[in-house]
Amino acid sequence: MRLKSFRERAMQGVFFLTALASIAAVAVICIFLFINGIPAMAEIGVFDFIGGQKWAPSNVPASYGIFNMIVASVYVTAGAIVIGVPIGILTAVYLARFCPKPLYKVLKPATELLAGIPSIVYGFFGLMVIVPFIRDNFGGNGSSWLAASIVLGIMILPTIIGVSESALRAVPESYYEGALALGATKERSVFKTILPASKSGVLAAVVLGIGRALGETMAVVLIAGNQVQIPSKLTDGLRTLTANIVLEMGYSTGLHRQALIATGVVLFIFILLITLSMQAIKSRSEKHG
Amino acid sequence: MDKFTIDNMNLYYGKFHALKNVNLHMPKNKITAFIGPSGCGKSTLLKSLNRMNDLVEGCKITGDIKLDGTDIYSDMDVNVLRKKVGMVFQKANPFPMSVYDNIAFGPRTHGIKKKSELDRIVEESLRDAAIWDELKDRLKKSALGLSGGQQQRLCIARALAVKPEVLLMDEATSALDPISTGKIEELCLKLKDDYTIIMVTHNMQQALRISDNTAFFLLGEMVEYNSTDAVFSSPKDKRTEEYITGRFG
Repeated sequence: MRLKSFRERAMQGVFFLTALASIAAVAVICIFLFINGIPAMAEIGVFDFIGGQKWAPSNVPASYGIFNMIVASVYVTAGAIVIGVPIGILTAVYLARFCPKPLYKVLKPATELLAGIPSIVYGFFGLMVIVPFIRDNFGGNGSSWLAASIVLGIMILPTIIGVSESALRAVPESYYEGALALGATKERSVFKTILPASKSGVLAAVVLGIGRALGETMAVVLIAGNQVQIPSKLTDGLRTLTANIVLEMGYSTGLHRQALIATGVVLFIFILLITLSMQAIKSRSEKHG
Repeated sequence: MDKFTIDNMNLYYGKFHALKNVNLHMPKNKITAFIGPSGCGKSTLLKSLNRMNDLVEGCKITGDIKLDGTDIYSDMDVNVLRKKVGMVFQKANPFPMSVYDNIAFGPRTHGIKKKSELDRIVEESLRDAAIWDELKDRLKKSALGLSGGQQQRLCIARALAVKPEVLLMDEATSALDPISTGKIEELCLKLKDDYTIIMVTHNMQQALRISDNTAFFLLGEMVEYNSTDAVFSSPKDKRTEEYITGRFG
């Protein structure tokens, strides 16, 4: 009896430690980012850093303005959402309500496979297929806002499809039957009752997709062109926050290196906001059922 | 005059023979009640009348079911059928939207877009379902916030809003308290002037109180069908007698 309670307490301790590990990881990352990033921001000046349009670390004196990259990240994410969200949600609706069972057994694993493809492979695919296609059909050199948006739009599909589909499946069948019993077609019953009833889950899917698109690096570096500029058209290149870090981290030193870490801080704050809004959506949907 | 006629109808769920050679003619502007122990097929029969059984995989129906002489399985569009034959479910199932939008869902489905027209239908339907006075100040509030009894009457109003000819009620009061049940029974008696009502009930008192005709089902077979008075006062079949006197079921 005694032995058992000792074992239980020991195991409890082990579980507590493992739980602590992930929290510790987040805490350490936070501390590392802020300790290294905040002083750089202070030295450059917060407004010059975030609002500055010139990024020229090797100039004398150097300029560290990341405004163009913030805008680029937002643009690319927006592009990915425009492409990925409608396709993703409609696919989820199809999988949850319309797909015949044998087809489902093929389609579902296929969408899941999308999530397993390494991002560098997406980058290659973009480089070999999307970029030349844009170059040949829309002009420019192909590496562009549009190319990055298309590839990211594909990359966020599994997230959006998976989360939306489970939200759609969680809607009580009685809504669907109620609509059918009023003489509504299957399509109307699905789009006017089931989809609206799952909107907080679908919104969560979109928010997760945004997080994924914003944080994606390897695929974007290969196909976005990486010019530090605010693109004026879809075929212009751009450089995202993530691309900026990965491109320059290797050779940077001193304030330049710190400025890159500060770029990471900005990215981290973006992701934090997204996670918080995600939590807000979740708690709201729990309250309202 | 008969509104619904069922002739030589058999229903199978896969290999299971759920309804056996049912013959039933239900008159217009009357309340017909289906009674019988759980699993006897009465709900299944009710769901065949607006083809909700189509959703059940492996469900197969033979024989004829006719609404005003038109075969509902071969000669009528299923959405037209469901517009004519409304249904109220066992568990109230208001949509997660406002009271107004719940009622307007049906009319909108059938192409009514004009606001003034929708306003009129919403008020009329809620009045017909005897719930207008309770809800007129809450039209924009979510229907999920209503009490169980209100939700069920809202669902009746929602069904009425598409101007059906027949109203199917699948144990519509089984989850409600006696007062709400009383209100809905009263409502049924009022509605039968304009509608034909077919109801499934577990509550024999309810069948006795409000129905004109009663059909008794047992193990997929329709044992007896007659005027409610006759079924309850002088049942012809021994099994009916045993059931209504509470000896089994």
